[in-house]
Amino acid sequence: MTITLEPAIHGDRVSLLRVLGPAHVWALGVGIVLVGEFTGWNFSADKGGALAALIVCWIVGLLYTSVAMIDSEVTSTVAAAGGQYAQAKHIVGPLMAFNVALFLVFAYTMLEVSDAILLGDTIVAKAGVDGLTHNSFIAATIVVLAWLNYRGVLMTLNVNFVITAIAYISIVILFFSVSPWTQGAVLKLNELVTPGNALPYGWIGVIAAFQFGIWYYLGIEGTTQAAEEVRSPARSLPYGTMAGMITLLIAAAMTWYVCASLMPWEYLGITYYPLWDAGKLTGSPLLENLLFVATLLAALASANGCINDAARAWFSLGRDRYLPSWFSAVHPRYRTPYRSILFLLPIALAFAFIADLNQAITFSILSGVLQYTFMSINIMMFRKKWPLGTIRRGYTHPFHPLPAIVLFCLCVVTFFAIFLGFGSQLIAMTIFYFLISVWFHFYRYKFVRRGDQFTMPWPKPQGY
Amino acid sequence: MWVVLSYACWGISIVLALWMLYDWFKVDTTYTEDVLTSSREGELEAVSEKHRI
Repeated sequence: MTITLEPAIHGDRVSLLRVLGPAHVWALGVGIVLVGEFTGWNFSADKGGALAALIVCWIVGLLYTSVAMIDSEVTSTVAAAGGQYAQAKHIVGPLMAFNVALFLVFAYTMLEVSDAILLGDTIVAKAGVDGLTHNSFIAATIVVLAWLNYRGVLMTLNVNFVITAIAYISIVILFFSVSPWTQGAVLKLNELVTPGNALPYGWIGVIAAFQFGIWYYLGIEGTTQAAEEVRSPARSLPYGTMAGMITLLIAAAMTWYVCASLMPWEYLGITYYPLWDAGKLTGSPLLENLLFVATLLAALASANGCINDAARAWFSLGRDRYLPSWFSAVHPRYRTPYRSILFLLPIALAFAFIADLNQAITFSILSGVLQYTFMSINIMMFRKKWPLGTIRRGYTHPFHPLPAIVLFCLCVVTFFAIFLGFGSQLIAMTIFYFLISVWFHFYRYKFVRRGDQFTMPWPKPQGY
Repeated sequence: MWVVLSYACWGISIVLALWMLYDWFKVDTTYTEDVLTSSREGELEAVSEKHRI
């Protein structure tokens, strides 16, 4: 396929370019998430032991399967940049939409910051050179990826597809290199995870582990941000998202099995590089270097997808005048939301230089879980206002309302787990969103063109 | 080698950041604000999908 990058003719509308397919959607979703297998999930072992890390792998997997199913249905209908923001605007209302957009921007920007810090720290750890700091690597990660995003979505997600696939294949290679069918040769699961240490803090440890179990899949919902740039949203988005979720479930299971079979939970729960460490513990220099490179690529892919998604959420806010419309500019040649990309660039750099990894990760997780809680309510309202048969859906998720109920309950458990570990951040963030909502309601909303913001050609909702 | 790589990272970051700033300036002075902010949500859906069941 040939993509021409001729500037748009004056007088024409300049919109985002519809060039993406299901593989790009997969690359966006899995690319954002896969870094969680390389670091993050393992901190759940510190909270509750190795078995707790496995239990939350499956239970949080259920949470995200619900997220993927719900998201696929709504997004295949509300196919607009901004993803969950556009959904919230049409289904719940402007104030919810404004908050959801902020959840998205915070979740993705903080995740991008975490990825850049991880990449910098990984290189510094590998180099082992006195005086070498991570700042230059962080700056290069954020600026180069912002440049890539600035230059066009097709190349951005082509790159993401390649580096995500390499990182994923490295997990598969590691898994099959350690003879997973034979315990005792390399893997020693039965020695490292025993009835005595499997759940060292009991079931409350399992609850506490939810906070970091989120990392197995955090960000898969980011696929919806590509809605306005895929050639066939009704087909590509459900395909890409569900395929991504299946991919991640497999990767999460393989990662836990290999890491828990090579490292005691006390170490697994505190290391920043569980898969790289697993590569080292196999004794193979090839595997060690492969997992080092894969850690870097996973961090790059995640930061790349996050820049893409945060910029689109910010761009959508500008387009509806929830923020100054200046942010809604589209580059006439590259067809990207270039001002939003540039605006978020120094913010990400500033956070990456001043924040530490734990703080950035916690803000990202908190914003993500707030968003998932919204999604469970959103789908209930969507099905009530527009029941099946009243509008065309690209995908209809099964067992409604069970996934929504499961999602809501698991979000409540996760909030409790976050409160146990980061209660003050949770309260601070709740106050922040409350204050910003007051600002939006009493000040900003008067600038919004109220009729123009609802763009979907749907029939009136039931009951209105 | 790592120290050289570190300096190279600073160099690349500065060059690309300056290029983006230059391009931003060029675009903003070439096109009108109305053209740049003319994108509308759901425009294609309104044309291609009638939502008839």
